[in-house]
Amino acid sequence: MTLAIIDSGGANISSVVHAFRRLKTDAVFTADAEVIRTADRVVLPGVGAAGAAMSRLRELGLHQCIRDLRQPVLGICLGMQLLFEHSTEGEVECLGIIPGTLKKLQSGPGLRVPHMGWNTSQSTKLMADDSLLSGLPQDPWFYFVHSYYAPTGDATVATCTHGETFSAIVRKDNFCGVQFHPERSAKSGVKLLENFLTCS
Amino acid sequence: MTTSLARRIIPCLDVRNGQVVKGVRFRDHRVMGDILELATRYSAESADELVFYDITASPEGRSVDCEWVARVAEVIDIPFCVAGGIRSVEDAREVLQQGADKISINTPAVRRPELVNELVAAFGSQCVVVGIDSELHQGEWVTRQMTGIPQQMQHTGHATLGWIEEVTHRGAGEIVLNCMASDGTRQGFDTEQLKAARELTSVPLIASGGAGKASHFVDVFNQADVDGALAATIFHNQTVPIPELKSLLTEAGIGVRPC
Repeated sequence: MTLAIIDSGGANISSVVHAFRRLKTDAVFTADAEVIRTADRVVLPGVGAAGAAMSRLRELGLHQCIRDLRQPVLGICLGMQLLFEHSTEGEVECLGIIPGTLKKLQSGPGLRVPHMGWNTSQSTKLMADDSLLSGLPQDPWFYFVHSYYAPTGDATVATCTHGETFSAIVRKDNFCGVQFHPERSAKSGVKLLENFLTCS
Repeated sequence: MTTSLARRIIPCLDVRNGQVVKGVRFRDHRVMGDILELATRYSAESADELVFYDITASPEGRSVDCEWVARVAEVIDIPFCVAGGIRSVEDAREVLQQGADKISINTPAVRRPELVNELVAAFGSQCVVVGIDSELHQGEWVTRQMTGIPQQMQHTGHATLGWIEEVTHRGAGEIVLNCMASDGTRQGFDTEQLKAARELTSVPLIASGGAGKASHFVDVFNQADVDGALAATIFHNQTVPIPELKSLLTEAGIGVRPC
């Protein structure tokens, strides 16, 4: 099993590397298109702003490379958001693999933004048997940290609600994404990452 | 309120020379245990996140010792924040690269408030926590800095509530308000001050200082509507075990992540 973690420019990527290492899988942290293309699994992490991450992927010539991948790909947090078409965070064109536009969460009474902390995730009826959810409890708890959200749609596997109801887990073909940080979501996160490594 | 976002229980580990220590009202620090041992225990006990304060970094004029940050990142699978002596985007980058999820700044933000904006621009709001040490002085809540070493402790000249508004405006993603008069006393959180802070900011607000028993957590969540509550001694010495605390909070109708 080879696992490539794409160097999308975020600073705190090592927690993802450590999480896979605890699952006995050594990851290669890389911006090399060839290494990414030939890996068995690819993770697109990301922390920070959509614009900076997309500029970096374009500069590295990885924009098309990622779109063309056929092996299982997991976007985490901003990496999941980049799978969508467009972000209102600086009006940025993203990878366009999943339809939809990212919008900012609104604060209000009892609603803090960023959405930071542990929240539950509800699977959608159509996608409840997705392999990523295998062995997870009903409405599992995950650790979220974000200010922008991805809409729900055909690709939504599970949702989360913080004022808005948004996509917590998405899948389109071989591309999946999670808004939360599985590497920091205790047992549920470990199980999800394990599912990603073992899915076909 | 349409969210099931849990209120967070956050053990705070004050780090000095690679060990966890704790003082009373910021003085007389005693060794409480090994960093990795405590971090692993809290992770297993369903603590929601951890905060590590390198309490002597700022007064000693150095940034965080990154060696233990990397070791913590390797072993735990819950988020953690690192504070102490982060003075620049480069200092912060180093800590985040070692695997910390957030960085918290206190004294350096007071000295150069633009640092908050710079960190937000570099890493996003969600990584940037501003810690505030505050106490009542001549009838007004004011901030203090260099709280790690008593002889160097100073007033910063900021009114606490104004400073909270300013750092929110500068893009801070979370505020930890440490009420110094309560710190280490175990007499309860300063709900009055926290409530006043809550009314001024819509970013996550974490209560710190004064936790002595489980009911203090019920009080601070109910009365001050804070997003998380931080404590040290009572978790380190297991006066209040986290699983029991979470059961009590659930019974009191406060949403927490179950064990």
